[in-house]
Amino acid sequence: MNIRSILSSRWAVLGGFALGAILLMGVAPAVLSDFRLGLLGKYLCFAMVAVGIGLAWGRGGMLVLGQGVFFGLGAYLMAMHLKLADAPASTGVPDFMALISSDGVPWWWEPFRSGAVTLIAIVVIPAVVAIVLGLATFHRRVRGAYFAILSQALAAAFAIWLIGNPRSTGGSTGLNNFKGFFGFSLRDPANRLMLYLIAAGALLAMIAIARQLMVSRYGELLVACRDAEERVRFLGYNPATIKTAAYTVAAVMAGIAGALFVPIVGIISPNDVGIVPSIGLLIGVAIGGRTTLLGPVLGAIAVAWAETSLSEQFPSGWTYLQGLLFMLVVAFLPGGLASLAPTLRDWRKHRRSDTAAGQPGVAAVPEGSA
Amino acid sequence: MEVLLTQLFNGLSGGSILLLAALGLALTFGQMGVINMAHGEFIMAGAYTAFVVQKALGDAGVSLLVSLPVAFVVGGLLGVVLEATLLRRMYHRPLDTLLVTFGVSLVLQQLARDIFGTAGVDVPAPAWLSGPLEVFGFSFPRTRVFILVLAIVAVIVLAALLKLTPLGRRIRATVQNRQLAESSGISTRRTDLITFFVGSGLAGVAGVALTLMGSISSNLGTSYVIDAFLVVVIGGIGQIKGAVIAAFVLGVVQSWVEYSTTASIGKVIVFALIVAFLQLRPQGIYVVRSRSLA
Amino acid sequence: MLAVGLLSACGARVDDSSASAGGEGTSCVDTSGPSVKIGFLNSRSGTMAISENTVYNSLKLAADQINAAGGVLGKQLTVVAEDGASEPTIFAEKAEKLIRSDCVAAVFGGWTSSSRKAMLPVFESNNALLFYPVQYEGLESSRNIFYTGATTNQQIVPALDYLKEKGVKSLFLVGSDYVFPQTANKIIKAYAEANGIEIKGEEYAPLGHTDFATIVAKVRDADADAVFNTLNGDSNVAFFKEYKNLGLTPEAMPVISVSIAEEEVGGIGVDNIAGQLVAWNYYQTIDTPTNKKFVEDFKAAYGESKVTSDPMEAAYTSLFLWKGMVEKAQSFAVNDVLAAADGVSFEAPEGTVTVNGENHHIAKTALIGKIGQDGLIYTEWSSGKPIEPDPYLKTYPWATGLSG
Repeated sequence: MNIRSILSSRWAVLGGFALGAILLMGVAPAVLSDFRLGLLGKYLCFAMVAVGIGLAWGRGGMLVLGQGVFFGLGAYLMAMHLKLADAPASTGVPDFMALISSDGVPWWWEPFRSGAVTLIAIVVIPAVVAIVLGLATFHRRVRGAYFAILSQALAAAFAIWLIGNPRSTGGSTGLNNFKGFFGFSLRDPANRLMLYLIAAGALLAMIAIARQLMVSRYGELLVACRDAEERVRFLGYNPATIKTAAYTVAAVMAGIAGALFVPIVGIISPNDVGIVPSIGLLIGVAIGGRTTLLGPVLGAIAVAWAETSLSEQFPSGWTYLQGLLFMLVVAFLPGGLASLAPTLRDWRKHRRSDTAAGQPGVAAVPEGSA
Repeated sequence: MEVLLTQLFNGLSGGSILLLAALGLALTFGQMGVINMAHGEFIMAGAYTAFVVQKALGDAGVSLLVSLPVAFVVGGLLGVVLEATLLRRMYHRPLDTLLVTFGVSLVLQQLARDIFGTAGVDVPAPAWLSGPLEVFGFSFPRTRVFILVLAIVAVIVLAALLKLTPLGRRIRATVQNRQLAESSGISTRRTDLITFFVGSGLAGVAGVALTLMGSISSNLGTSYVIDAFLVVVIGGIGQIKGAVIAAFVLGVVQSWVEYSTTASIGKVIVFALIVAFLQLRPQGIYVVRSRSLA
Repeated sequence: MLAVGLLSACGARVDDSSASAGGEGTSCVDTSGPSVKIGFLNSRSGTMAISENTVYNSLKLAADQINAAGGVLGKQLTVVAEDGASEPTIFAEKAEKLIRSDCVAAVFGGWTSSSRKAMLPVFESNNALLFYPVQYEGLESSRNIFYTGATTNQQIVPALDYLKEKGVKSLFLVGSDYVFPQTANKIIKAYAEANGIEIKGEEYAPLGHTDFATIVAKVRDADADAVFNTLNGDSNVAFFKEYKNLGLTPEAMPVISVSIAEEEVGGIGVDNIAGQLVAWNYYQTIDTPTNKKFVEDFKAAYGESKVTSDPMEAAYTSLFLWKGMVEKAQSFAVNDVLAAADGVSFEAPEGTVTVNGENHHIAKTALIGKIGQDGLIYTEWSSGKPIEPDPYLKTYPWATGLSG
């Protein structure tokens, strides 16, 4: 497969990264307006989540429908810190809290006054949640469908809890109106450009990590778990641990993406973490090609861009298109656009000799039994 | 005592609504393994069918009863179309059916908005269902009593269909061992279609019942579909009786928790209980024993 | 590491006065041509589309009427419409687009408090103008926002005055679980305490909640004199169906609602809600020539079956108020418009409204209405004259300490 040859060729990889870095960090800031660059920064955050989904879903066969929760954890942790840092020094209470009640800051907000604690928590808390959830479900050999439905219910419950506690979470508005980011004014275009560059750098780093995982021995095991979990178990490995590791990496990536989303976009609300956004994150991955390295990234960016520009022209058109993309891509092109070329090649071969077995394209994406 | 009884009734009533929404899923998800996210939109289609039937007939008294079979057919046909066009090619990848049907549900919701408008519509309850029913000094809303009865009837009919008829035998045979069923001369393709028709038709019936309770708008289905899936998951795959017990237990627990706390906290607590329960019994209340490794 | 290094090298600190004072608030509005751009930002998709499409329609009507009459300062209005998709994040993003990319002179729209709160920092940091047309929970007054819907002392407080006048001694509070009902109920409780009204219960349902058996049972058992309802959206339908089915009637225990207008009555079902009370500042049935013309024009544009409601009227009014401000200022520039705003007045369908230049709300008359069998709302009680807006309830002694 062409993906494999790209993955294994060291020079091609380095060249690819250099090209990506030039495009993201050099060309994009030069040609895009301040406003459009901010939007691209937002898309890059979704792309980070997509890298993790590609690993857990494409390689590990776990349909991770609750990534919005991890994204939300990272985002709310960062937002809490920014709100506390913005709070007037005299009271130390963020503006929205002072407006709605006079009880002061909840105790569980206090640790996030410290920037260092916040940065650690953004990585550690999603990781711990993912490890607990992952070990609990995968050890009990909960079936794939159960895992998918439970993740969704978790996302729904998280959103309901956020909305129901406006005193401590900002309720349905969420948290917004951030003045600074670790002391730097968010109104200064130079600082916003820096934030964009940090996001671009983080995305490239995550792609590099995902690639290392995919080509490693661990990556092979993960794919083996997806395709034949029982055989992996018979070989003496513990599939639960293998899958939990990928799930955790995906969760941490989503958490970091959420943390960067907050200063770039300037708001986080429960609408960004519930069921619909969680599933929405998957569509880009599915279109781009879930088993590939770059497919999810490009797919997520393309879908987010299409959503912005299409909904500017036809508000209801986007909903139809999103629905049709889900139906057509997943049903007829499960490998995503990345599999289009191989699929067509197979199909031509197929027509020449009817002897080949199996449906085109499907073979590349076996169903996991998470 | 009075509070206890009222809450017990409210719980059973909430359970019966959950059960109606979940019964169809117990067939399509529980028996066939298809994660049909558009099930909620089939419920919505049933509710809009009740609206259209009522506009056509005018009389609220009869139209509710006429709507039930019509909505069954409408829901069923939607299900058959979905099965025949998209899902039939996907039985070997159940997780992907979730994404495909999520797309279907987005499209159906937007269609409903474009056809019926974004504002909700109303189906007035017939005169014989309005107001409370007085029993021993307690008053119960007649609509809730009706839905409770409807849910029980639906369960009995479905159970009879599965247990007593040749069709039911074919469905059970196909679910338990597809290859063996095929080699015994059962057309599994036809059985799949019929199962999907019945399961989706039940969603349509649930939609008609829901017009008595709340608003009829394009997002009617989304508020029920996750809860309905949880009922089937708790009940255990492939079991109607599991779903029945799960629905009523969930309904009673939810109404009790909601009464003693608030509705928001109630939802979160119930979810936590579900996760804890699935930790203890990951296969649900009833387990179909199988030697299969998958 | 490199990025952080760069950040410290050239970025402005939070306390750097050169960056924070006014920021990059230089406007890019182009007023040189024969037309000027304005932005409409409403949810055209998602759960709020039900309500916000109607606001969009009446804004469009106002823009067409203004253009037909010669425009503003002789310039035709060009409308740039954006979809807020019922999500605060999208509202913030689209507001930024309208201001910075489309360079509109003013933006009209928003519905939920979440959408307004999400947009507020965008308008403040870019020094742009937002006209917000919906009643809300008060306790806010931004330099860059004009609030043309009611604040609490023009809707909730008059509603309580009315109930007190009718001899109501106890209340049950039902609301959706978010900021507007929670703040409203805080105000209601403070009022009740000062006026000897007993609060028999307070229940919140999550947004979109559809099973009201338990909550309505609690309402029935509490047996208050009246119910104060701040539920939002579809929950109202389930609530009123349950209310009627449990045999509760407007005569025995009236419900007064602050989020149900003409548009919502159809979805709830007239049978389920006829006879119940609502509190607003405008009803379609208001008998003045200005309102008759507004209703006629609206029906001519969008169909005979359409109704007009308070937020629609407030949105319609907001565009004319902006026109009045621009003409008084003889300029489209934000700072000139802000300076001219005080005292600008408009003969609106609801009656005469006047802008308060200090808190950016408008003086409007409070009306309590009763829902009729035809689905329209008829005025039961009126405050008689426009009430001066007081978003922080500073002039009410019982409300001290409410705003934090």
